[in-house]
Amino acid sequence: THCFLEGLQRSDVQPDRIVTMATQFTRMLAGRNTAVVLASLGAGTLATGYLLTDSTAAAERRVLYPPSADFPDLRKHNNCMAASLTPAIYAHLRDKSTPNNWTLNQSIQTGVDNPGHPFIKTVGMVAGDEETYEVFSEIFDPVIKDRHNGYDPRTMKHPTDLDSSKITSGVFDERYVLSSRVRTGRSIRGLSLPPACSRAERREVERVAVMALSGLKGDLAGRYYSLGDMNEREQQQLIDEHFLFDKPVSPLLTSAGMARDWPDARGIWHNNQKNFLIWINEEDHTRIISMEKGGNMKRVFERFCRGLKQVEQLIHERGWEFMWNERLGYILTCPSNLGTGLRAGVHVRLPNLSKDPRFSKILENLRLQKRGTGGVDTAATGDTFDISNNDRLGKSEVELVQLVVDGVNYLIDCEKRLERGQDIKIPSPLAQFRR
Amino acid sequence: MAKNCHNDYKMKFSGDEEFPDLSLHNNHMAKVLTKDIYNKLRGKSTPSGFTVDDIIQTGVDNPGHPFIMTVGCVAGDEESYEVFKDLLDPIISDRHSGYKPTDKHRTDLNFENLKGGDDLDPAYVLSSRVRTGRSIKGFTLPPHNSRGERRTIEKLSIEALATLSGEFKGKYYPLNGMTDKEQDQLINDHFLFDKPVSPLLTCAGMARDWPDARGIWHNDAKTFLVWVNEEDHLRVISMQQGGNMKEVFRRFCTGLLKIEETFKKHNHGFMWNEHLGYVLTCPSNLGTGLRGGVHVKLPKLSTHAKFEEILTRLRLQKRGTGGVDTASVGGVFDISNADRLGSSEVDQVQMVVDGVKLMVAMEKKLEKSESIDDMIPAQK
Repeated sequence: THCFLEGLQRSDVQPDRIVTMATQFTRMLAGRNTAVVLASLGAGTLATGYLLTDSTAAAERRVLYPPSADFPDLRKHNNCMAASLTPAIYAHLRDKSTPNNWTLNQSIQTGVDNPGHPFIKTVGMVAGDEETYEVFSEIFDPVIKDRHNGYDPRTMKHPTDLDSSKITSGVFDERYVLSSRVRTGRSIRGLSLPPACSRAERREVERVAVMALSGLKGDLAGRYYSLGDMNEREQQQLIDEHFLFDKPVSPLLTSAGMARDWPDARGIWHNNQKNFLIWINEEDHTRIISMEKGGNMKRVFERFCRGLKQVEQLIHERGWEFMWNERLGYILTCPSNLGTGLRAGVHVRLPNLSKDPRFSKILENLRLQKRGTGGVDTAATGDTFDISNNDRLGKSEVELVQLVVDGVNYLIDCEKRLERGQDIKIPSPLAQFRR
Repeated sequence: MAKNCHNDYKMKFSGDEEFPDLSLHNNHMAKVLTKDIYNKLRGKSTPSGFTVDDIIQTGVDNPGHPFIMTVGCVAGDEESYEVFKDLLDPIISDRHSGYKPTDKHRTDLNFENLKGGDDLDPAYVLSSRVRTGRSIKGFTLPPHNSRGERRTIEKLSIEALATLSGEFKGKYYPLNGMTDKEQDQLINDHFLFDKPVSPLLTCAGMARDWPDARGIWHNDAKTFLVWVNEEDHLRVISMQQGGNMKEVFRRFCTGLLKIEETFKKHNHGFMWNEHLGYVLTCPSNLGTGLRGGVHVKLPKLSTHAKFEEILTRLRLQKRGTGGVDTASVGGVFDISNADRLGSSEVDQVQMVVDGVKLMVAMEKKLEKSESIDDMIPAQK
């Protein structure tokens, strides 16, 4: 295995040899062959998991400290993990581990350390690797169901659709819509996720992503800025453009170990036109963002899909792929981002509608959420709101973007009616998912 | 339970691939860790599963300050100091004035060996305090321990403290169970410790599961205080207003030895060995783990050109009255021993007593506008 790794690091090796070695490398990682195949097969196949490495010391400790001794005190907690974790589930899962030795205790640490807020229900657990969702499905499935409005990973399939040509009416009235944006995340199969990854794995994610991105051409051609290496001028530029991400301070992320070794192997890539941006090794392996001023959501989504497909092609050429399966869609660190991992949104002015008492209900029925223009957990300034889709799992990318397009068009229509002194209607609630 | 049993899997990557980037770092770990040492140690783990990456994580995540040299590593259990001695011995040497792997540490908790200490001028010495830490044998340390272990440590501590009587009779307040009234009282008494916010501690995993199994015990007289499961298993503090350090130290030694007896009866003595003395989470607290100090008014002396030098020669350090990393208020300083390892408890408290006595005398001279040049001590 050692010589394969050394081979990968030499830049003078022939491309086809890199493909062979990368594929073999991927398979040689501890039990990855079996794990990868089984992960793609879906629910139940890896249910037994792997027992933690058995040394005498470890066995002694299991006797001294049965699962009941370690069960967390969740009485003051309000998060999805705390709502679903029972002593029985904990007892089944505590001594199991994924092939990379990630454990349940590690998954739930963030939820134990962050009891939550009476009004905001956080997820309270993270995945350390792709297999986490299988080995610990006994707790992840109910949490997923809770978070994603009843989506049942045992019985349902998640649709993936990145064909942007299907979007209709995707250009908004720019007297109302100031900007449009679509984001998602992607994980590289075979490498551990941010809560678990070692420095070498994180650096490998960076290498794979940067190598792929350097192959983008035309309007997608761009440049990588490593967080550790950028100079002050570059840093200021990225701050001014609102591209720069900083070391996480939220205890939700730090308790999950995602800020370890900062800023090692973290960085930002963006195209020369500054409307296609990738974050590397922040909360996920990669976060992909397409955006522009104005209301052309169709073009934003078109670029998003095209860019994503090209990046995927470029990593395939080197023997890598994204983590994905039929029951959970794209696999990301936080269960809240499973499925599409997609948040499509606009900054939109709604001075009249936002004051109407029916505003919240309208949003709810359209399956949209509002945020302040600073993003999650900010308040709106003036009459401009960030409006985006609530859902991530159970509907495809095309469905979700169409939902946002239709919803925002509806909101603008309401706004215009109110301007003219006409009345508005609350729309009937949209269905949750295709059955 | 192991925090990161990822180690076998990581061994598939080369040492070079895993070696941390320490180019911007200024801490003891960064100064000592080389690729050779890292490669030698990365395949190892203590019986409980603590690895070299666990040891150094806090130092990797906290590059440090150009002026303040932090340690940059922690132990996860007693065995860490043995399994990772190739890394920890040089760090210990740097931090503890050249202490060698072959040196022996002397423990002396016989308060009668302290000379004087009952005559520090209360007009200058406002309060006196001695603290140390203790780790309970058979359990892993705060960066590593599971909820089950931490709870057992709490349970044993409560049992041990409940046997104390006389001047040591007291009560335990679990962080997760105290009433508002109790909490306010503990805050007013300056006893309550809060969830660590310092990234030095949080990156080492010491705030996990807060406030589960954490608590404070103190005697009825409020002169003897024990913290359970903060940065160490136990932190033991003896304190009172005024300058009677002798009394503070007597109570400290007596109380500690009583607590130790009870733990021994349950077959859980304290972690100690003749090379490192008392074994604690941070290598900076090895040996005695003792910080004995006073709050003392030195408005004139503290502005004297030779103040720092005097402190260094007396083997003392100054802090603000808010504790570590705070500034002095109104010319009042927290003066305490700088050493922990290589000298005994009695030695260290003696240095504080003698040093503070001398500095108060200097202060009085400066008040009368007299010179203190002939009083400057030799290097201890």
